[in-house]
Amino acid sequence: MFNTASTTPEKILQMLSALLLFAAVMGIILFIAGRFGGKKGDRVVAYLYLLPVLLLLTVGLVYPGLRTIYQSFFDAAGDAFIGFDNYGTIFSDPDQLTVLRNTVFWVVLTPFVATAIGLVYAILIDKSRFESFAKTLIFLPMSISFVAAGVIWKFMYEYRPDQGNVKQIGLINQLIVWFGGKPVQLLIESPLNSFLLIVVMIWIQAGFAMTILSAAIKAIPDDIIEAARLDGVNAWTMFRRITLPSVQPTVVVVLTTIGIGTLKVFDIVRTMTGGNFNTSVVANEFYRQTFNADNQGLGAALATLLFVLVIPIVWYNIRSLRQSEAS
Amino acid sequence: MFGQPTSPRIRAALAGTLSAGLVFGLAACGGGGDDDSASTDASASAIDCAPYTKFGDLKGKTVTIYTGIVTPEDTPHIESYKPFENCTGASIKYEGDKSFETQILVRARAGNPPDLAIVPQPGLVKQLVATGKAVAAPADTAANVDKFWDKAWKTYTTIDGKFYGAPLGASVKSLVWYSPSEFKDAGYTVPTTLDELKALSDKMVADGKKPWCAGIGSGDATGWPVTDWMEDMVLRTSDPDTYDKWVNHSIPFNGPEATAALDAVGGYLKNDKYVNGGLGDVKSIATTTFQDGGLPILDGTCSLHRQASFYAANFPKGTKVAEDGDVFAFYLPGKDATTKPVLGAGEFVVAFADRPEVQAFQTYLSSDVWANTKAKLSSGWVSANKGLDPNNLTNPIDKLAGTILLDPKATFRFDGSDQMPAAVGSDAFWKQSTQWITGQDTATTLNNIEKAWPK
Repeated sequence: MFNTASTTPEKILQMLSALLLFAAVMGIILFIAGRFGGKKGDRVVAYLYLLPVLLLLTVGLVYPGLRTIYQSFFDAAGDAFIGFDNYGTIFSDPDQLTVLRNTVFWVVLTPFVATAIGLVYAILIDKSRFESFAKTLIFLPMSISFVAAGVIWKFMYEYRPDQGNVKQIGLINQLIVWFGGKPVQLLIESPLNSFLLIVVMIWIQAGFAMTILSAAIKAIPDDIIEAARLDGVNAWTMFRRITLPSVQPTVVVVLTTIGIGTLKVFDIVRTMTGGNFNTSVVANEFYRQTFNADNQGLGAALATLLFVLVIPIVWYNIRSLRQSEAS
Repeated sequence: MFGQPTSPRIRAALAGTLSAGLVFGLAACGGGGDDDSASTDASASAIDCAPYTKFGDLKGKTVTIYTGIVTPEDTPHIESYKPFENCTGASIKYEGDKSFETQILVRARAGNPPDLAIVPQPGLVKQLVATGKAVAAPADTAANVDKFWDKAWKTYTTIDGKFYGAPLGASVKSLVWYSPSEFKDAGYTVPTTLDELKALSDKMVADGKKPWCAGIGSGDATGWPVTDWMEDMVLRTSDPDTYDKWVNHSIPFNGPEATAALDAVGGYLKNDKYVNGGLGDVKSIATTTFQDGGLPILDGTCSLHRQASFYAANFPKGTKVAEDGDVFAFYLPGKDATTKPVLGAGEFVVAFADRPEVQAFQTYLSSDVWANTKAKLSSGWVSANKGLDPNNLTNPIDKLAGTILLDPKATFRFDGSDQMPAAVGSDAFWKQSTQWITGQDTATTLNNIEKAWPK
């Protein structure tokens, strides 16, 4: 029954049994937890509640993680131990170096530009008459999936030749044509194409940055602002000396959160170029090597690299999050 | 080309199967006594059971068949099993699954395989045999394959001297789409040699046209139509034997034969006088999806498009695909009029059980009786079974494909990228072909693919 469910009733039955199993496990834990009382009992209960989480994390995250790291030292078929060769490939093969270069572009540009746009926007619309409407506008892209965003922007960049009665169907090229230019194959020209993909990510993430930062700005105590006003500061000094230092921990959290998301970006690249024309990034290359090229070892090495790159940002993110909560 | 061509085939079916397939199937069956298989609830008495008596009495026995062929293309398949079921008493349990290509490996490895599987690539057959769960085909099936198929077909599923499965359907890739009315108006004739094709293209250029259009965009499989082009050219600038050596890597991927072939492709696809009719310059080939690649033929901005028979389904509803219609295809000619290499693909029936009823059904599927039954039921389907009567094929493009496959002078070769290791066949070959279109030179392209070949 757990092997193949080909018909709909079978699938529903399978789903129901999974739900029942879940309920049963929870019931047993709650039942055992209920037998403990008092101060000491609280601890036991806490551990009991942690147990399923720990178990699932071990099975679903820790074990596959360790297994991936282990696999990254093996060849394409996963048979022969080859040491650090896969990592050597990542840092020497010209294709892989392009992948690394693009990943650097993404990680450097996306968080800073998205956060900057979000911050400026949040300050500009703060306490204005159209604040909620303006916020909705920039927040909307957040609610669109990466794949959908990729498809939308693919149309934006679409190219039609400057030939007879062929009409442009992409907005960007139509604008170029209106201003007297010739249509450009935007998604082919490297490295321009990578930046054009980054624009999509910024478009999605700026709303997130704006929302969080706007909340942080509103949390700045009025008396500080008042005091600064009495001192007669101009707008720039206000931003530089009051607003920015006050929201600085939040800015770091926003930067790192977007940074983590950007490192793992896959959907946009896969939807818009499939990683062709020198636009691949680590996450996309990991998928391509593992599933298209059937090179498990290199795929695992790329996944491990991604993991290693994310760790410091996650660590910094958590630290700043704690700091901003403490303050 | 893993997965990719399947979806066009499924779409091909979408276009034809339900509408034309069943209607034609029913109509074509009117007179025949031994092939009245179209009516779903035909009683056993309505079918001539003579060809089935050799399978014996299989009452109460069940055979499961697992495939990637799903609605609506599955209907003619299920229908085509009816005569077998009615005459032998066996029942066939059909299971279609879109993720067949990954699931079949999972099921085989987990020890839960179906009795039979319809496998679309020789490479996947090899992987299934490697699991140790596939069983060799019975002698009767092998005899049918010897009798009805070109001998090249048998080699695709012969692994370590054992034969594992008979071919089922086939598709023809060596086709050039064109507009019959444009040809008539401008006085063009269908070329019969490669030189004539070139001369025709030049003539079109002289008439102020951009003759060829192409598109290779296909998500992460972008580039595969170039691999088909190149395979076709290896078959033509060299010969089928060289092609086999090149595919099996007993000659290098970047040798003089391959270089000549890719340069020959470049003579069309990278010639800015020839491409890209209605779509832009040479580079626009890389961003145009393969589905859109041939559509400019309809609005007259392009005259020629090389693509497989399944492309028929890509034309909008209402397009008449026929020799006297809006679009049709001609055979991509050989070096001269006497050699007829045909590039194509197909699927194979692999067994995981050797019970008598499974073997009987396997043998039935490899017979001419089944091929003709199936032909009458479907549209957008052909087989390379020589027992197939092309007149049973219901639409013009199927008939053309069938005629090309069954031509005794034709030499069939299976899509090479489907047989190469995944690192090449579904990665480097695609990726480098795309780079080649966007400007990389032939030598670098071939060297890079050679480098990617697993040692």
